[in-house]
Amino acid sequence: MLDFDAGKYAAFVWPAYGLTAIVFVMLIADTLARARRWRRAAERDEDQPEGADTPL
Amino acid sequence: MIAALTNPRAFMRFSRWAAPTLGAIATVLGAAGLWLDFAARPDYQQGYTVHIMFIHVPAAWMSLFVYGCLGVASFLGLVFRHALADAAARAAAPLGAGFTLLALATGSLWGRPMWGTWWVWDARLTSVLVLFLFYLGYMALDAAIDDEARASRACAILALVGLINLPIVHYSVVWWNTLHQGSSVFRADGPAMPLSYLAPLLTLTLAYMAAFGALWLVRIRSEVWRRRAGVLALRAAG
Repeated sequence: MLDFDAGKYAAFVWPAYGLTAIVFVMLIADTLARARRWRRAAERDEDQPEGADTPL
Repeated sequence: MIAALTNPRAFMRFSRWAAPTLGAIATVLGAAGLWLDFAARPDYQQGYTVHIMFIHVPAAWMSLFVYGCLGVASFLGLVFRHALADAAARAAAPLGAGFTLLALATGSLWGRPMWGTWWVWDARLTSVLVLFLFYLGYMALDAAIDDEARASRACAILALVGLINLPIVHYSVVWWNTLHQGSSVFRADGPAMPLSYLAPLLTLTLAYMAAFGALWLVRIRSEVWRRRAGVLALRAAG
């Protein structure tokens, strides 16, 4: 059975979990936003006539 | 596999399915790890603060593991001038900084009720803070130099210098008398904790590792697209 009680240590346990969640959400959001931004930029430039091949 | 790691086109094909697969694995393992975490009974000495161990220790391990990845990628980028290696190094730094920040912050939240202090300048805590500063220094140096080739070389050298800190972090609790406890898992006589604690700890560690893998691959893909966009924009302008 799951036990979500943290007793007298709740003031330390839940901030640790909250902070972990915040950092993970920020890393995921930043990673996806960066990917979306540069993918669009690369695809937009590939539409140009000179961009027939795709260099790194 | 080697081709996927060295050829940008092959890497983009490989990472297109590998990143979401690792993300799904991380989600499943994270849910299972949290279930095992809150199914575990409180420790007879540490009480409910044992829950902090299940998120603190994986973050601390990942801070070292990611720096190892950063170091290897930097070495390959410096020696072979490989664009994907440079991209991998640059992509790893913010993720490593995130894990190290979590290790420091959750460790502080664990230390206050158990040690009676948020922070102490002992060898383990100080060397992990130095590791965090190496990550920040790497990102600051990368942002400060406009020429990408020069920035990659300078950052790679800084990353390789920082590798010296990894054994210092790991052995700090052995070499010096620290408030931070010694290793409880990787010991010659086996882990010093019951299976009910080892299971959530290792499951969440695998979840953190899979999450890092997924995010790292996506960030490397972003670097490939960024460089591709830069080259194509230059061609269009020229």
